[in-house]
Amino acid sequence: MSFNINEYYSKLSQGDILLAYKGSITSELINEVLEAVEEKLEKVNEAGKTRKRLYNILVESMQNLFHHIEETHEGIDEDLDPKFGVLVVERKNDQYNVITGNFIKNDKVQFLKEKIEKINSMTKEELKDMYKFILNHQKISAKGGGGLGLVDIARKTGKNMACNFYTYNENYSFFNLTIEV
Amino acid sequence: MEPLLIEGTQKTPAVKFNPDQGALEVKGRSIPENSIEFYKPLVDWLENYSENPAGKTIVNVHLEYFNTSSSKCILDVFKKLESIHKSNNEVLINWYYEEDDEDMLEAGEDYESIIRVPFKMIEIVD
Repeated sequence: MSFNINEYYSKLSQGDILLAYKGSITSELINEVLEAVEEKLEKVNEAGKTRKRLYNILVESMQNLFHHIEETHEGIDEDLDPKFGVLVVERKNDQYNVITGNFIKNDKVQFLKEKIEKINSMTKEELKDMYKFILNHQKISAKGGGGLGLVDIARKTGKNMACNFYTYNENYSFFNLTIEV
Repeated sequence: MEPLLIEGTQKTPAVKFNPDQGALEVKGRSIPENSIEFYKPLVDWLENYSENPAGKTIVNVHLEYFNTSSSKCILDVFKKLESIHKSNNEVLINWYYEEDDEDMLEAGEDYESIIRVPFKMIEIVD
């Protein structure tokens, strides 16, 4: 049985959900999500530090989606919006999970998987050095931060990111990333 | 030389660069998807300013949030300031961060370790 996007999404959105979205990831959507989450956190009177961290991580993860997801997905039969992505923010045991999902080409899976594993294996000090190295030595691309996003997320959370790749068809996999904040 | 004045938005900071007083300020949020577009005028302005800067340039950076896409552009801005400092002009960067915002303090310290310009870390207490 191959990966089913609706099943995946309905499983995700069962907990204590602050926000659950699937559809086009646009600049306007990012604005709306940030506004909505900020408002909710103000209501629950979440500590400034957690609020800021969550906000920052939301920005990075949504902009990662925004910059990297493809406009259209050839060969995927479902009725997907252009620039399709999934975003869920949930509260779990006194912390927050930011979960993103998107289709990626199968030939990019290995690279991304290794990149995340490498970042997960690094100490805080190593992440700091890596961040500074990329900041200072790599040209910024039209796509944004030039690979700083995941490093920044790992530095700020101090926790491992969990990634899953579900094979969808011969061209695409579905990439799920869970970030604990 | 004209001052550079840009109003802040939900995703971009307010900018006030005053060439006569050497008073430069960036304040607010810097989280645009396309940072190069926003920061290019700042870098260009500083390029012109560096030809005839004020004797003393004080830069106030007071950011609530910034994304990684901005972080490289902010470095470009600081590199311009570094070259002004290198040609024997006084430059000071005041890096403001809110109480308990250790991420923002750390971000300032990252820049301080890369850029050869005096930094002052200023904690804002409510």
